[in-house]
Amino acid sequence: MPFMSIRRALGALLLLSAPLVAQDTTRGVRIGLAYDPASKPGVVVLPGKGVGADSIRAIIHRDLDFGDRVNAIVLDPDALGEASRAASPNWSMLAKLGAAAAVQVTPTATGVHLAVYDIAKQTTALVRDYVGPPPVQVRAWRAVVHGISDDLEESLTGTRGIARTRVLFARSNRLWAVDSDGEQVTQVAQTGTPLSGAWNPAGTMVVYTTLIPSQVVVKDLQSGVERVAAAGSGVFISPVFTPDGSTVIYGHGVDDGVDLYQSPATGGVGHRLSVGHGSDNVSPSLSPDGRRIAFMSGRSGHPEIYTMDADGTNVDLLTPLEFGENAHRAAPDWSPDGRTVAFHARVGTTFQLMTINLRDRGLKQLTSDGRNEDASWSPDGRHLVFTSSRSGAKQLWILDVESGRSRQLTRGSGDARNAAWSPRLIAN
Amino acid sequence: MTRCTTRNSLLGLLSVLALGACRKKPETTPAPAPTTVEVADGSASRGRADSLAAAASRRRADSLAIARGASGTDADGPRAQQMMKQTLVQVIYFDYDRDVLRDDARAILDAKAAILVANPALTLVVVGHTDEQGTAEYNLALGQRRAAQVKRYLVTKGVEEGRLSTQSLGDSQPAVQGGDESSYQKNRRAEFEPGGAAGVLVRPRT
Repeated sequence: MPFMSIRRALGALLLLSAPLVAQDTTRGVRIGLAYDPASKPGVVVLPGKGVGADSIRAIIHRDLDFGDRVNAIVLDPDALGEASRAASPNWSMLAKLGAAAAVQVTPTATGVHLAVYDIAKQTTALVRDYVGPPPVQVRAWRAVVHGISDDLEESLTGTRGIARTRVLFARSNRLWAVDSDGEQVTQVAQTGTPLSGAWNPAGTMVVYTTLIPSQVVVKDLQSGVERVAAAGSGVFISPVFTPDGSTVIYGHGVDDGVDLYQSPATGGVGHRLSVGHGSDNVSPSLSPDGRRIAFMSGRSGHPEIYTMDADGTNVDLLTPLEFGENAHRAAPDWSPDGRTVAFHARVGTTFQLMTINLRDRGLKQLTSDGRNEDASWSPDGRHLVFTSSRSGAKQLWILDVESGRSRQLTRGSGDARNAAWSPRLIAN
Repeated sequence: MTRCTTRNSLLGLLSVLALGACRKKPETTPAPAPTTVEVADGSASRGRADSLAAAASRRRADSLAIARGASGTDADGPRAQQMMKQTLVQVIYFDYDRDVLRDDARAILDAKAAILVANPALTLVVVGHTDEQGTAEYNLALGQRRAAQVKRYLVTKGVEEGRLSTQSLGDSQPAVQGGDESSYQKNRRAEFEPGGAAGVLVRPRT
């Protein structure tokens, strides 16, 4: 019940607010806030009134903080108390705190009421009502709140946030998904030793491989229906969807190396894309336009990153070939803007995340603390989720590649690996 | 171990493999390179190369001896049977990020090949494993490469291809837990699952 009504309600809101968008090229509402463009706009999430207001406020405050595009200002208890007693925003106090905007969320009988205040103009900039499920449906309810955070970030900065996304990962021979804020860990696949997976472009399905039996499985997350896309002897590794969602590409090999293959997502005859002559060719990642594939190949004697056309032709070495037995570049992930490829490389005795710029092939090292590997881009192209040993055990961490700020995403026991960031989710 | 050395003089050949064969589980460290070398002509490097070759051939002889049952008086007895079975499942080890067969691994595989050739009904599943370094996906491919390398080697030693199959478990089933190099070394391995032949195994001819 909740999904359609939420979507319809959101759609109606977007339609209603459409005239306000006219001056802007981005989707949704853009508030013309006054703030120094070199810095992040300060935002205060004001305490709301009503049952559940505090938790909505906490989730939104944290989402805005994790989004790294606005400065989510923390109120001290005095200011908090004053703000919660006040009937209208305390403009001078908010201005003193450096806020360009203040946000107030109030639970309603059917969802959440949102008000956004422009501090400089001392006006109400935006009012919206969101329809959502009751808070007892925790995951769906939190998804609606994350959606509000993303709307807010879009209104405030022009770029939509990534709060309403999930990360697929492997732990203890099972696949799981976790909300972008580290909450709501749910199991996605458990039988056959599932190894790694990826989302379809709509975020409604995942593709994953299992070890025993060795196969590629496509799972519909709404119905739970699973379908085998490819199976056989040998190994099936590192599956991904093509950007149109019609096809899955994966590594497969028996005794003569591992090559990349493609199969219809609905199952059917697969065919080989790469010609590795006995080497390993794994970890495909498609360019956003679907025309090129970045992948790891051991054809030169050690793992390097290559690109090729989607039909397997025009193979090109992407990373600058490094001589020496220990050179190791692996796990490429093409950025959503198409301009860079993230991967990990051996640095000394450990692995670190790097990006390579496709225009000038400039390399940038992103991490140095602990062992960091296997990165996946967020849909806004600003964050990477990856496996890191910096806290001891292998856990997933998220890095803001622009500021260098990082945070831990998973905390459970057992190694968390093979992270794959979802697209922005409409319904889940 | 005491039981072992008093029982059989052949096993006094200082072989790690032979020591392992006396235990329930095979020894997990590879045979060390000999440390005492007599260098007649004073050439250290040549002496080392010679000693490595000598050590390798000694290991091979040891393995074959085990495969033959290690005892002249116990040809097809339970002890010889037990030793052949242990040889078939004996684990081999690899260097970091490599699928190349080391000398110690070749010696063990030679012994396996001899038993396989002597027993045409025997089949063998080769299972490749890796340590936890690198991505799970890369390691699955590496494990597959290791298993394939073992299979190719056994085929060159006369085992029919159809009797050998390969599988990779990547880093999903470490032999030992731990994030240090000594644990990693124990996890970079190929394991073996014999099948097909029921009953008494035939000893390989000398």
